[in-house]
Amino acid sequence: MIRYIEPAAAILLALLWISPLLFAFWAAFHDVSDAVNFRLTAPLTLENFRTAWAGAPWLRYFLNTFMLVSLILAGQFLLCTLAGFAFAQTEFRGRDALFILVLMQLFILPEVLIVENYRVAASLGLLDSILGIGAPYMASAFGIFLMRQAFKSVPKDLDEAARVEGCGTLGVLWRVYVPAARPTYLAYALVSVATHWNNFLWPLIVTNSPSTRPLTVGLSLFGAPENGVDISVISAATVMVIAPLLISFLIFQRQFVQAFLTAGVK
Amino acid sequence: MTDAFTFERRRRALHGWLLLSPALIMLTAFAFYPSLATMVTSLWSRGTRRNPAEFAGLENYRYLFDDPTFWQVAGNNLSYALVTIPISMALALIMALWANSKLPARGFIRTAYFTPTVLPMIAAANLWLFFYTPSFGILNQIGALFGAGPVNWLGEPETALWAICVVTIWKEAGFFMIFYLAALQTIPPDLKEAADIEGASRWTYTRRIVLPLLMPTTLFILVNAMINSVKLIDHLFILTKGGPSDSSKLILYYIWENAFAYFDRPSAAAMTVLVLALMGALAAFQFLVLDRRVHYR
Repeated sequence: MIRYIEPAAAILLALLWISPLLFAFWAAFHDVSDAVNFRLTAPLTLENFRTAWAGAPWLRYFLNTFMLVSLILAGQFLLCTLAGFAFAQTEFRGRDALFILVLMQLFILPEVLIVENYRVAASLGLLDSILGIGAPYMASAFGIFLMRQAFKSVPKDLDEAARVEGCGTLGVLWRVYVPAARPTYLAYALVSVATHWNNFLWPLIVTNSPSTRPLTVGLSLFGAPENGVDISVISAATVMVIAPLLISFLIFQRQFVQAFLTAGVK
Repeated sequence: MTDAFTFERRRRALHGWLLLSPALIMLTAFAFYPSLATMVTSLWSRGTRRNPAEFAGLENYRYLFDDPTFWQVAGNNLSYALVTIPISMALALIMALWANSKLPARGFIRTAYFTPTVLPMIAAANLWLFFYTPSFGILNQIGALFGAGPVNWLGEPETALWAICVVTIWKEAGFFMIFYLAALQTIPPDLKEAADIEGASRWTYTRRIVLPLLMPTTLFILVNAMINSVKLIDHLFILTKGGPSDSSKLILYYIWENAFAYFDRPSAAAMTVLVLALMGALAAFQFLVLDRRVHYR
């Protein structure tokens, strides 16, 4: 008897954990009165999706989010590669002090600095632009740290061989270090995309028009009580918004988990 | 000889600085300069069109400390941290132990625990809305089965903050589980065999061997959880907007509100400085204490 308690508890907790999602799917595919009264035999409907889709420029939001995560990722790859390489493989006075300064950014969260970051973005003319949403995240201390670790494990011999062959500093970086760090790039990309696909507060502050708003901000406006949409329509919109990330997570689950691990455990 | 050597060294140093400069420029623009600017702003009065801002010294801080809402919000955030951190970490550990053992349906269990992590906080809040809504919310429907009266979970000052905590725990536990899971998989199986031979119970093995080995992971997660207890506020925008009567308002939300709803930048800046100081203390704690004591691997 006691043998069954633990598996049962584990499965119960798992069901509990996905129940909010299950209920959202249930509500999204049912008429609202059927949904809230749990009429199990009620017919399925796509009406909620139709209403939700017509209620906001979702395609534009999807496109914005897509451009946003691509832009941030490109910026992060470029900046963190260069900086990580500088910290890992070049020597100059003050390097270690500088590295600690960079690591400070792990604790100076962009989220906390919203007040002044807004002013910086304003003075650079970046308000209400995709670049404005992405800029504070590009020089990520976390990314620099991660790339430094990855580059440090590249054997010195490869570096020297490439230099003997006539590669300059950037050539060595591009031909030797970047290919060697491919798994780290993949892991970092997954974490970065998942993070910024879901980011909300800063995009909310910087954007004020549908042409730049990402999905999360669009979703929050759509579901606002003033908008008067019912729970089934909100659920349909939510399902729509999370579907791309959720589906890719279910398909690439192993890589996702591995990515979060590579990124989190030093 | 020395000249060539110095030249080479200078060249390398120059390369180093050139490689770093793009990242340093961005970090300066969006981390270092704003941090300093926040400190400066917090020392000046709120400027209006007619009265330009003037130096106010610590006036904004005094004003803040006299503001009962600030203390309530700080208290809320403390409760939020004290509730969400231990519970989500304990759940994460249990989840990891289960996900790592030979239970049936292990793949399903793992996926279920981890899924909330990949969802946006805003979407999570929308999902939970269905649980909390007063008239037909699932919690009240379940309560009604047991004869309990309806509770307006998000609308009562006594329950709103806890409702917010539940969503945070739901979102965080699976994320922290991953780190525990990774650590568990590095524990050599001989330890388990040795414990079995010694006749140690599973509980003893977990308490005496597994938990001590998980200590570095626990501290790593703890630091992340503390940062998150400041950062994770997105769901407030959907669920309660800090209400009713500020009972579920958290610091970062209050900063946002001050800066972008009341346009009281100095007050928001003063609060930001306090949060930065807290984060700085946390950073020092991590670098000076944890990194020294934990890295015995």
